[in-house]
Amino acid sequence: MEIEVSIRKQLRDFELQVDFTAKDEVFALLGASGCGKSMTLKCIAGIEIPDQGYIRLGKRVLFDSEQRICLTPQQRHIGYLFQNYALFPNMTVLGNLQFAARGTFAESRCRIQDNIRRFALQGLEGAYPAALSGGQQQRVAFARILVSEADILLLDEPFSALDSYLKWQLEQELMHVLGEYGGSALFVSHDRGEVYRLCDRAAVINRGHIEAIDSKQALFANPQTLAGALLTGCKNVSAARKIDKEHFSADEWGILLTGTVGQPIPDHLRYVGIRAHFFVRASGPGENTFAADIVEVIEDTFSFLVMWRPSGGDGCSRLLRWEVDKETWRQVNGSKIYLCLPADKIMYMQK
Amino acid sequence: MFTFFAGIGLAYFVVRLKRYQGILDAIITLPMVLPPTVVGFFLLLIFGKHGFIGQLLLLGDIRFVFTWKAAVTAAVIVSLPLMYRTSRGAFEQMDVNLLYAARTLGASEWRIFWRILLPNARQGILAGLVLSFTRALGEFGATIMVAGNLPGITQTMSTAIYAAVQANDDATAFVWVAVVVSFSFLVVILMNYWMARLYGFGRKGNGAGGNRSQHSQTTA
Repeated sequence: MEIEVSIRKQLRDFELQVDFTAKDEVFALLGASGCGKSMTLKCIAGIEIPDQGYIRLGKRVLFDSEQRICLTPQQRHIGYLFQNYALFPNMTVLGNLQFAARGTFAESRCRIQDNIRRFALQGLEGAYPAALSGGQQQRVAFARILVSEADILLLDEPFSALDSYLKWQLEQELMHVLGEYGGSALFVSHDRGEVYRLCDRAAVINRGHIEAIDSKQALFANPQTLAGALLTGCKNVSAARKIDKEHFSADEWGILLTGTVGQPIPDHLRYVGIRAHFFVRASGPGENTFAADIVEVIEDTFSFLVMWRPSGGDGCSRLLRWEVDKETWRQVNGSKIYLCLPADKIMYMQK
Repeated sequence: MFTFFAGIGLAYFVVRLKRYQGILDAIITLPMVLPPTVVGFFLLLIFGKHGFIGQLLLLGDIRFVFTWKAAVTAAVIVSLPLMYRTSRGAFEQMDVNLLYAARTLGASEWRIFWRILLPNARQGILAGLVLSFTRALGEFGATIMVAGNLPGITQTMSTAIYAAVQANDDATAFVWVAVVVSFSFLVVILMNYWMARLYGFGRKGNGAGGNRSQHSQTTA
């Protein structure tokens, strides 16, 4: 089912302003905490009411400020997966599912049984939510949503409060469920990894505005904006200006760089970025290649994070972060290092 | 009984109010902080011969002041704030996501109230019941003003003790004191026992935040 959202809502610090459509896909809203992404989901579910705009799901209009339509959450048929799953603690698993069932008794019983089987909840019907593991709770929450015959799934940071091992397990279960579900799902997260693994398309939200919407591959290859670059995990960004057709200056790094033929430098270039693992070691000076002054070396789990700056500057330019595997670093440590910023790996951002 | 339902109802109503919440809250809470004599005085003003409701009652030929009805009303008025306060606290501490979830799942507000809100706020509500019950039992000031102290008609245990002490009848006073103390003690004990039983659904430890605290344990 297709969902079309175009809403405005004044929040405390900024105005939420989101427009997007999604159809039979997993669509992610990627943004930092407090950027308005959860508020967007709440508006779609009818828990919060936008100031103006419209929300359409399939053929049904859920909200339209001009026609003064605003369905209650009960009428919207939207499945909302809360961060803590919001299972009713006073009811058993079966009770939770029965609470959500609509329609006649026979129909709902059939649907409940189907979903108990689908989510492998047999034997847990009589258990209370507090006695379930995180994964079981998530499955019950999903089953409950599907029993209620929701037309779309909204996932509100379903893993943000979990440790990494449990998170990985739940994520895999979610991937499985989403694959089977097949309908539209909106997924809200601040974690680029989750978004990349679970979604087809993603939108970057910054202070209430959608800055970029694209397929996940395109978005991660070229985030288009500074917020997008940071959210997709780019560790090195610098303010930049275009100098001529082929050259630009990365001011915070204090270096002049050359662009590549295939990727023209935009006229209103404001920032450039390069991911920490894209630096290439070189044997001597060359194009976009600089002798590195190593400032700090941090040992990470499976790599070294080397903080460096191009030598020859005034010594107070912004540090660059180079991520290098442990073996390589042990070999080159101590010798004179030249690092190249490959022109085709540099991301240009106009805002 | 009346306090129980009225307190819960009022709490639900006030929590859901968007405007005038503060004023209504203050009005309901006022009897708790006012001296009981002031409450009694107000009741006399309202329900007495010249009071607004008193006149209405006179039309129906119902006597109110210095009857058992007055004693009951006084007890309700002074115990209501306790019931109301604790229920309201319990409602406000609920995980709002439970209510949101119930709404998105299509449950009516009425159903949410009975199936989600009340069961999950039951500890607060039971605590309110205990508090308001004991408060009503110990009510003295307002009762003696509007209901007087007529043995067999409006005499409550507290006023009976007062009368006995005034009459230097320590023996009677002791009897009533013993009754009040043991009865209150018994009620509180029973309530505690009942609450402990109802505490968690098949889980140990504290119940209200059980879902969440369990959750954070798994994540810690």
